[in-house]
Parts: sequence; structure tokens; C-alpha cells
Amino acid sequence: MTTSKDNRKHWARDLKVTLWTLILPPTIWAVHFMFCYLWVAVTCAKSPTPGTALNGFPLATLIATIVALLGIVAAGYIARVQSQTPGDPAPHDEGTAIDRLRFLALSTRLLAGLSFVAVIFTALPVIVFGDCR
Amino acid sequence: MTTESTPYVAPDQNDPAVRKGQEDRLREVWKPPSGWFFRWTDVNNNRIGVWYTLTAFGFMLFAGVLALIMRTQLAVPNNDLVTANTFNQLFTLHGSMMMFLFAVPMFEAVSIILLPQLLGARDLPFPRLSGFGYWSFLIGGVFVSGSIFFDAAPDGGWFMYPPLTTRTDLSGLGADIWMLGLSFIEVSSVAAAVELIVGVLKCRPPGMRLNLMPLYAWYILVVAVMILFAFPPLIAGDVLFEMERLLNWPFFNAEKGGDPLLWQHLFWIFGHPEVYIVFLPSIALFAMLIPTFAQRHLLGYPWIVLAAVGTAFLSFGLWVHHMFTTGLPKISLAFFAAASEAVAIPTGVQIFVFIATLWAGNVKKSTPLLYASGSLAVFVIGGLTGVMVAVAPFDWQAHDTYFIVAHLHYVLIGGTLLPLFAGLYYYWPLVTGKKLSDRLGRIAFWIMFVGMNLTFFPMHLSGLLGMPRRVFTYPEELGIGGLNLASTAGSYLFALGVLIVCIDLALSPRRPKAPRNPWNAGTLEWLALPDDEDWGIRSVPLIESRYPIWDQKNFVQKVDEGRFFLPDAEEMRRESIITTVLDARPLQVIRLGTPSVKPMMTAVALAGVFILTTYHLYLLSALSGIATLACVLWWLWTGTAEIPEKPTKHIGHGIEVPLYTSGPSAPGWWAMFITMMADATAFSGLVFGYFFFWTIHTNFPPTGAGLDGPGVFWPMVALALTLTGWAATVGAREVHRRGNVAAGRALLVVGIVTTLSSLFAGLAGPWVSGMDPELHVYPAIVWTLAIWTAVHAAIGVIMQTYTLARSLAGKMTPVYDADLRNITVYHHFLALTGIVTFCTIGLFPGVA
Repeated sequence: MTTSKDNRKHWARDLKVTLWTLILPPTIWAVHFMFCYLWVAVTCAKSPTPGTALNGFPLATLIATIVALLGIVAAGYIARVQSQTPGDPAPHDEGTAIDRLRFLALSTRLLAGLSFVAVIFTALPVIVFGDCR
Repeated sequence: MTTESTPYVAPDQNDPAVRKGQEDRLREVWKPPSGWFFRWTDVNNNRIGVWYTLTAFGFMLFAGVLALIMRTQLAVPNNDLVTANTFNQLFTLHGSMMMFLFAVPMFEAVSIILLPQLLGARDLPFPRLSGFGYWSFLIGGVFVSGSIFFDAAPDGGWFMYPPLTTRTDLSGLGADIWMLGLSFIEVSSVAAAVELIVGVLKCRPPGMRLNLMPLYAWYILVVAVMILFAFPPLIAGDVLFEMERLLNWPFFNAEKGGDPLLWQHLFWIFGHPEVYIVFLPSIALFAMLIPTFAQRHLLGYPWIVLAAVGTAFLSFGLWVHHMFTTGLPKISLAFFAAASEAVAIPTGVQIFVFIATLWAGNVKKSTPLLYASGSLAVFVIGGLTGVMVAVAPFDWQAHDTYFIVAHLHYVLIGGTLLPLFAGLYYYWPLVTGKKLSDRLGRIAFWIMFVGMNLTFFPMHLSGLLGMPRRVFTYPEELGIGGLNLASTAGSYLFALGVLIVCIDLALSPRRPKAPRNPWNAGTLEWLALPDDEDWGIRSVPLIESRYPIWDQKNFVQKVDEGRFFLPDAEEMRRESIITTVLDARPLQVIRLGTPSVKPMMTAVALAGVFILTTYHLYLLSALSGIATLACVLWWLWTGTAEIPEKPTKHIGHGIEVPLYTSGPSAPGWWAMFITMMADATAFSGLVFGYFFFWTIHTNFPPTGAGLDGPGVFWPMVALALTLTGWAATVGAREVHRRGNVAAGRALLVVGIVTTLSSLFAGLAGPWVSGMDPELHVYPAIVWTLAIWTAVHAAIGVIMQTYTLARSLAGKMTPVYDADLRNITVYHHFLALTGIVTFCTIGLFPGVA
């Protein structure tokens, strides 16, 4: 059963969904991860002493993390709306266009959740470590 | 879709005579070749897959025997059954074979058997490529594993760390055999990955949208993509490694500016995803057999997709956890420790999905399910110790001890080997039409389960007590004799279990045939008849459910009576349906490769390149290279992009589709695109090397005689020529498509000339500057990038010339232009390679 709220038109439902949009949230995780790792790896490898401070890195990580999380939340929000597209009966595992959309959207939404957690995991070490030791 | 002048009359599938005629034609078309030699030229997936599986199983038994010899040596302290040198060869070959010759090829082998069946396809899109992959695997595998009989096996550990392995005074021929033999097998792995990705994306039956795809296919898609990104960095590492061993280019030699850690990075960027590459396909077998024995749909289908895709991504952020003790900054270690903990989430999700499905279902006890549940228990123990060693301070204590040996064997036996035995008992009736013995299977399971735990559980303790890995013996005073004796006893028990499975397999030919679909499964592969036909599937069904045999009315009967699509082979050709990626709408009927000696000959010629190089027979190796090229061109010229005798074909139910497509809807275009993704990944491994050396040196690039860089001029000339060659190729495609064949040919000639010139201009930079690659790592890496790009330019020229020749020979027209479209994809990647190489070697020194 669909309610009138579900039936409202929503801009997010007009966006195209493909295998590429499915991997958007984990791709954001990967970019964020590479950014943090490469910054540290290059700074520390280029520095003559292990105690070199990672100046500017905590702030940059904070900004990068917020940007990454916003991107993941946006992808997750769109996926959430799409995964509730009305039209077909539950449990939404039939071979219809709507069920295919709901499936890809739900998978994207789940990946957004995982990527959200993983980005926070990546950012945590910055709280503990401030230099190249 | 139907537009025709003369009305098409569909065959009457109610008429038994019509059906008989169709079956006779299909049987004739799919008849395997015969004769003592020509039977081996078969390319049908059901035969190649079985050969592949048996070969990988054989290598597994061989590597298992090596392990038994090791365990016998370690049974008591100060044992002298084998020498230290032999022991080194034993553990190196055991690890390398289990990984490269068993775990990965076994996944490919099983997928080659199962995937077409799961997707209701007659075969995979490139059957001859499967054949080529198999023969490459067989030759490379025999070469690597046979080396131990000549006391020449690799002995540097399965990860081959330099400088032990790159210094020719410390390691002999074994290191070359490892590098070149396994590089050859990596080529066949990438070939299989291309085949499987295109298979999953483009060869699904009509109606099988992404959300109806069997979960096995989802896992295969994910794993094959992982192979594309994981294997090429190792291939890049192999290139650098062999350049150092054969030519003395000092990539990993610290005295000349190199760094052994670069190898560790490249190896583990491959090596950690590899663990998931072998784990996910095995767990994928559970996703097929658990619904069958729970007699219900799998719960949480999107959660499995989350688990597979999530694991695939996170697994690329774990590699440094193998390098926790190399002295990297603690904060770097922490990033990888964090990702290592995060990957436990998706891994755990799929296990809970399986448990939930069994819980919600009506479980039928069976031998495959026994193996599946047992392996989950073993895997969870290995996973938990994995979470322990992902914590860096714990790893510093446990690194390189038997604790790690215990951890990795719990993961690999629980996550790969026992699931494969579950799959063996489940799918044996599919392949042979006969069930294996439930009684023997259960006995074998319990013996293996006890043996496995008895072998590896004590290793946790011996490791924590201080027993290091890779030692050929240990002193009595260490107090680990009892634990080791227990491990040895367990290993023989485990081997006994494997022996019972082998006996069960050997008894199979004497057993009666089982009924069709003996487990009452719901997925497409169980349409197979006990007396299998070679045509794969009688008619390609319209799919409306994830479990069509359970859910779709009269499904099996309709398939068997040819009431779905493509029930005939009117033109006596092997055919299958190509569909769209997301929604599986029919796009094309593809004509498949028939049995041929060409894939085998190509594999033999390519094997010559790798094997002869191992023995420094460079001239013969070059001749083998030319023979390989000749075989490939012959294969392509005679077997691909054939212009069909009519533009379209009826596949039934009023649907008429083309027999030829080009560009992004064609499987060949996808294969080129996917292959080039792998190639670009290998290239990025080399570029990573350049910048890695920049980070570790305070003055990079260095200056001095033989060290001065290639300058700006020649790299920029080369870049301009590369881009001109690219533009000419793209232009050729466009004008040719619009019907101007002459202009298309002229632009191809321009492309050939400029791309060939870019090859020489690219090499002119380091050549004119007199860069000496043996002197220092900087000239070595510049030369490597320049040569890589030059080789790719040469291949680009061959492709342009080939396409021009196809056009002149009338095998390519503005409508039938797959060749030109496919080589344009290559030239996009070549342009990208040129931009990165020439900007890096030409411009980066100015800003560094």
C-alpha cells in the first residue's frame, strides 16, 4: 500500500541510476582515504626527522572528512528517496523497472552507510597522532 | 523492433518434428571436436571449465603434499628430513601454488563452468579466450611447480621480498621462474576476468535485470573487477623486478637510490585484495546452495550486494597491514588498521544473511550444507584473529610468527577450501549427472574439520611462544615440540580427509545417474540434464524471478520445448544473446567462437616468451614474441568482427535483433575497455614507482653524467605526436562512420605515421640525454616509463595497420566497423598513457 506522501513527485527520483552511481559512496571513501594517506606518506617521507609535525593536516582532514561525509549523505539521501519509489507491491524483488530501481537504490543506501562509518574510521587516527613518529 | 518486407513465420514449437529438427541442428553445431589431438582444441565452457577445475585441483593436491613434507620435517625438534634450502623451496612453492595455481584459477574455472548455466547463456562471450586462458594456466603452472624436481624452485617466500630475491648471488633461477611463470598466469587471470565481467554484464537472459541476477554472478562481477585492479600492480612490480634481475636496473637496490619497500607496496596492493578475491567466490557458492537447502529465497539480497561491493572497496585499503613492522609512520599504520577493522563489517553482514536465511527457511540437512556451516565456523575464527592482527601493536608481537600462519590458514581453509568442497558436493551432479556419496562426504568432512583444527589451532600457541615462520627446524629448549607434533598429526588427518574425497570422486563413474535437479534448487543452472547436451540451454528463457524454476509456471518444460528465445541454429552457427547491462533487454545475437587450435598455439607461443626469458635465451624469446603476435593476428583476422550474411535475426516472440553491433553495445568493445582498465592500472603502478622514488630522495631527480633527465623538448614532441595519432584515429572513426571510407583510411595512415613517430620521439628523450639505467634508480624509472609507452605505441600502430588492412580487405565497412571502434578505445588509453608519461618525465623535474 502506498500513502499519498509516498506518491509525491520528488526530484531525486528523476536522477539516473546505474552501476556507477552504486559505487559512488565507496568511491568517496577511497578518495578520502587516499587523500589522508598520501598527505601523510609524502610529508613524512620528505621530512628529515621522524618527529616532523603534520602541520595543517588535522584541519585539512577535518575539511576533507566533512566534504566526504556530506557527499555520502547526499548520495545516501537520494538513494533513500529512490529506494522508496512507490508503484509495486512488497517485497520488491520482482523483475519490474521500479523494483530494479529500488534494489539499486537500497544497495547504494547501504553502501552509503558503510562508507560513512569507514570515512570516520579513517579520520580517527588524526586525533591521536600529530607527527611522523 | 520488427520491421520486415516479407512476413516472418515463427516455427511451431507445438510440433515435435520442428523441435526435433531444432535439436538436431543444435546438437550438430555444438558437437565437440574428436580425435586424440583435436579433442583438446574444444572451447566449449563445460569442457574448458572441467579441465581447468581438474588442473587446479591437481595443483592443490601437489601443493598439499609439499605441506605434508614440511609438517613431517617440523614434527620433532632438530629434525633433518629435508635441508634448509629444500624447506625454503617447499614453503615458497606451497604458498605460491595454493594462491596462484589453485585459489584464483579455481574460482575462474568454476565460474567458466557455472556462469553460462546461471545466466541461461549458451556459452561465455569469448570461448576461445577461455581456451587460451586454460592453456596458459596449464603450461605456466607445470613450469612453476615442476621446478622443484630440479631443485630450482623459488625459495624467497611467496611474497618474494627483495633484496634477497633480486640479488642474483643470493637467489638462483627460482626467483625468475616465480616472476616470469606467475606473470604468465596473471595474464590468463586477467583474460578470465575480462571474460567473466562481459559475461555477467552482457550475456544475461532477457528479463534478468540486475536485481534478478543470481548472487553468484554478483560476486563474480565484483571479484573480476577486483582482479583488474589488484593483479596489474603485481605485473608492474614483476616488470621492475625482472628488469633488476636481468638488466641490473636498481629499482629495489638502496645503494643506487632504489627501495625494497616499493616491492612490498606493489606486492601487497595485489596481495591483500587477493585474499578477498579468493574468499568472495567461495562464499558466493553459499549464496547459491543455502537458499536451496533452506528451500526459500535468500533473505537480504541487497545486503549481499552491499557486502560484496563494500568488501571489494575496503580490501584495497588494507595492504599496509602486511607492512606494520617496516617502520612506516604510526599514523599511516593507523589508517590501514582502521580500514582493516572496517572491512569486518561487510564480511560479517553476509554471514548473518546466510544464518538468517537458514533460520527463516525449512532446512534440509545435506552434505554441502555441512561443509558450508563448518567452513563458516572455521572462517569466523580466522576472521577474529584477523581483527586481532589488524591492531598494529598486537601485530608487532605476532608478525612473522606461527600465529600468522594459524590466522591465514583458518581464513583460507574456512573461506576458500572448505566452501569449495561444499560446492564440489553441491555441483558435482550438475557436471557429471551423478551425486557423490553423502556418507563418504560426511566422514571426510569430520576428519578434515578435526584435522584442520588440530593442525592450525596449536600454531596460535607456538607462534605466541616465539616460533618464527619459515624456519626449517627449532630447538627442543623452546618447548614447542608437543604443539608441533600435534600440528603434524592434524595435517595427516586433514590429508586423510582429502584422500577420502578423492576416493569418492574416483568412485563416481561407477554410480548411477541422479535425477535432474537433485536438490530441488530454484536457479537456472539446474536446468542441466543428467545426460548433458553441449548446447548449454535448449532455449534462452525470459526471466521474471530470482528463482525461476520455483516461481515461473511450467518453466522447465517451456525451456525444454524451445518455447523461449533462440530455440534453433538455422544458420548452423554457435550463438548466444547479448542484452543490456541494467535491464537485460535483447540487443544482439552474437556468433561464438568454435573449436580451434589457435588459442592453444597462442598460449604455447606466449609461454615461449616467458619461459625462454627465464633462461636468458633472449633471441629465441623474441622469436616466440613474434610468433605470439602472428598467432593473435591470425586468430583475430579469421575469427572476429565477421560481417554476417544478413543484418538481423528473429529470436522468437516477435523480437528481431542485429547479428552485428559495434561500439559500447558490443561485447568486444567492453572487452577492450576492461582490458585497458587493467593495463592502465599496471601503468599507474609504474607511475607510483616514479613518485615513490621522488618522496624518498631529498634531491630527485638527481643530476650528473648519466643521470640528467630527458629534458622537455623530446617528451613534448612525443606527446604532441601521440595526441595527433589519437586525434587521427578518432577522426578516422567519425568520418568512416559517416560513410567516407577513403578519408577514414587516409586518417588511419596519418595515425600510423604519427603514432610510430611518437614511439621514437618518446625514447629519444632519455637516449639523447645518455641516461644510464644501471647507474641509479632515476634513469631506470624514466627509461621504464618511456619504454612502456613506446611498447604501447607500437601495439597501437599494429592495431591501426590491422584496421586499415581490414578495411582494404573489405572486412570492415561504415556499418560493420567494430574493429575501428575497438582500437579507438585503445587509443584513448594510449593518449592517456602518453600524457601521464611525458608530463611526468618531461615536466615534473621542473617543478619537483
